[in-house]
Amino acid sequence: MSERLLEFQAVTKRFGGVTALDSFSMHLDKGEILGLIGPNGSGKTTSFNLLTGIYPKTGGSIHFDDRDISSMSAREVYETGIVRTFQRSRLCLPLSIYDNIMVGDTSRLPKGLWSNLVRRRAFRRQYEETFKVARDLVATFSGNLADRMLDPVGALPMIERRRIEICRALISGPRLLLLDEPSAGMTHDETNQLMSDILDVRARGEGLSIIIVEHEMGVIERITDRCVVLSYGKKIAEGTYAEIACDKEVQNAYLGVD
Amino acid sequence: MSDIAIDAPARPKGLLPGAATILAVSVYGWALLTAEEDWQVIGLLVLAAAVGLVGKLAGLGPKVLASWSSNEATMNGGAVLGLLAVIFALSTQHFPLLMLTTTLLYFIASLGLNIQFGYTGMVNFAGAAFFGAGAYTAAVLGGYAWIPPLLTILAGGVVAMVLSLLLVYPIVRTTGHYAAVVTIAFGVLFKTFLEVNEILGGPQGLMVESMKLPGWDFNNGPVLFGVEMSFYLNYALFATALVALIFCLVRRLERSWLGLHMDAVRLDETAAACFGISVHRTKILAFLSGNFILGIAGALYGMMISFIAPASFTFSDSLLMVSIVLLGGMGSPWGGALAAAIVVLLPEKLQVLQEYRFLLFSVLVMLVLLFRPDGLLPRQIRNYFPGREGGK
Ligand SMILES: Nc1ncnc2c1ncn2[C@@H]1O[C@H](COP(=O)(O)OP(=O)(O)O)[C@@H](O)[C@H]1O
Ligand SMILES: [Mg+2]
Repeated sequence: MSERLLEFQAVTKRFGGVTALDSFSMHLDKGEILGLIGPNGSGKTTSFNLLTGIYPKTGGSIHFDDRDISSMSAREVYETGIVRTFQRSRLCLPLSIYDNIMVGDTSRLPKGLWSNLVRRRAFRRQYEETFKVARDLVATFSGNLADRMLDPVGALPMIERRRIEICRALISGPRLLLLDEPSAGMTHDETNQLMSDILDVRARGEGLSIIIVEHEMGVIERITDRCVVLSYGKKIAEGTYAEIACDKEVQNAYLGVD
Repeated sequence: MSDIAIDAPARPKGLLPGAATILAVSVYGWALLTAEEDWQVIGLLVLAAAVGLVGKLAGLGPKVLASWSSNEATMNGGAVLGLLAVIFALSTQHFPLLMLTTTLLYFIASLGLNIQFGYTGMVNFAGAAFFGAGAYTAAVLGGYAWIPPLLTILAGGVVAMVLSLLLVYPIVRTTGHYAAVVTIAFGVLFKTFLEVNEILGGPQGLMVESMKLPGWDFNNGPVLFGVEMSFYLNYALFATALVALIFCLVRRLERSWLGLHMDAVRLDETAAACFGISVHRTKILAFLSGNFILGIAGALYGMMISFIAPASFTFSDSLLMVSIVLLGGMGSPWGGALAAAIVVLLPEKLQVLQEYRFLLFSVLVMLVLLFRPDGLLPRQIRNYFPGREGGK
C-alpha cells in the first residue's frame, strides 16, 4: 500500500474577481509521477504557486508528508524538500551555470558570515565537492554543458536553460519535483530525451515524486502514473492517462465545448 | 542581460600585461596628482582617453584581464606596491596626499555600497549619512582620550550599522523605488538632525581628534632619512592597509555562498525564495555590512580632515557615492577604485569644473549608462578560485 506524500484539500485561490482555483482537492503518493493537465488558464501554474508558498491561499489546506504546509513561506516549503521549475524560465542570466545550480542547493551550505568569509579552506572543499556533483548532474542532461560550467547562462539557448533549471531543482536531492511545462520550445525528440534524463536522475535517488504540467500528451502518457485534469480552476477528471483520455468532459474541455 | 561582461580571458596568461598596467597606472596617478597647471591635467586626461581607445582597438583589455585573473594574488600585491610607491613619491606634499587618501576612502565607501547596490540590488541614497555617522562617532569618541582610536574607527562602523537598523524594517518591506525613497528621506533627516543638535556642534560642526596608534600620532609628519614628511603620509598608509583589508573581505564575500545569494536576490527574489534563500536576511546582511564599511571609512575621513560639519554629508554627496558605483560598474570592486579616482580628483584638479561637478558627473553617469552600461571596468563572471579552471 502506497503512502500519501501530498494532499490538497479544497484549495481555492481568487485573484480579485477571477477564481483561478476553485476548491481543488487532489493527492500524490510517495514515488508517484502525476500529470497535471488542462487548457491554458485552468489553474495549473497557480496550484504550483500556492504549493510553493509564492501566493497565499484564499481557502483550503495543503499537507505534505503529514505536515500542514498551508501557511509556510516559499523558503520553508523548500526546506521540506519541494522544488520546482518555472513555466517562464527564471534563471539568473548573468551568473554562470554552476552558480545557477548552486542557487538550488542552499540548505546544506553554510550561510553564516564567519564560515563564508573566514573559513575559506572549508569553503574551498565545499566548492570542489559541489562543483563535481553539479557537473555530473549537468552531464546527465548535456555533456556539452558540463564543460562550460563557468559560462554565463544568458549566453545559452532556451533549451539549455530549461535543462539547467531542472538541474537547479534537482541538485538538493528533493522529495517532490514540480515541473511547469518543462519542454516548452523543444522538439519532440528533445522533449523525450529530457524526460528520459529526468527519469535517469530519479532512478539514481530514492523515490523522487514528480508533478508535471505538460501539453505533450505523448509525454504524459509515457511517464505519468496518474493524471488530474483541471478546467477553469476545477478538477474535472482524475485517473490513469488511458482513463482520462476517453473521458467525455476532458475532451470537451480541450475542445472548448461546454 | 547586461550585468556581466562575457569577454572570455584569452590565453596565455603571463604576468606582463598585468604588471605593465600596474606600472602605467601608478606613474599616471603620480603625474596626475602632482600636475599643477590646467593644461597639464587636460593633457593627462587626453592621454588617458587616447590610451584607452588604442587599448580597446588593440584588444588589450582581455589580455590584461587574463593576466590579472590567472595571477590574482600577485597582481593585487603588485597594486598595493604600486600604490605605496606613489604614496612615498608624494611623501612631502600635503595636498596630493590628501587627495589620494580621500580617493582611497571613497573607494572603501564604494565597496560598502557595492555590497548593497551591486550585489544585492538595494540602492542606498544615504551613503553620505552613514559615512557621516562614522565621522561624527570619531569626533565624539575622540573627546575621550582613553578610547583607543583604532576602536573608535570600528565604533564608526558599528554606529553606522546601528543607525541602519532604523531603516531595516521599511527597506525590507518595500522594494525598488520605495526602498530608495526611504534612504533619501533618512539622509535628509540625518543632516537636519545634525544641524539642530547643539551637542553635535549644530551647523558649525565638530573638531575631530587625529588618528593615533601606540607611539604614533598621525598629526605629526614622520621623519624619514632626515626629511620631514607630510602628516597625511600616515593617513595614506593607514588607508592603504584598510583598503587592502576591506577589498579582500568584499572579494571573499562575493566569492562565497552569501555573495551568490545576494546575486540571486538581486536578479529574482521569488526564485531565490523558492530555493531556500532568505530574502530578508540577505538584504539585511547586505545593508548592515555595507553601512558598516561606510561608517569605518567615514571615521577615518573625519580624523584625517580633523573638522566635520553637516554640510559635508549631504544628499549630493550620497549621489556622488552612488555614481561611483554606477561609473565603475555594478558589482565591480576595481571599477569602484577607478571611478572614485575620477569623482574625487577631477574637480580638484580642474578647478574650473569645481562648480559644475554635479553637472559633470550627471553627464558622465548618463554617458556611461548609455554607452557602457556595465560601467568602466565591468564586473567579471564569478570565479571562486581564479587562476585554476574550476574543479578540473
Ligand atoms: N498573479 C495573478 N494575478 C491575477 N490573475 C492571475 C495571476 N496568476 C494567474 N492568474 C489567473 O488565474 C488563472 C489561472 O492561471 P494559471 O494558473 O497561470 O493557468 P495555467 O497555468 O493552467 O495556464 C488565469 O485566469 C490567470 O489569468
Ligand atoms: Mg501555466
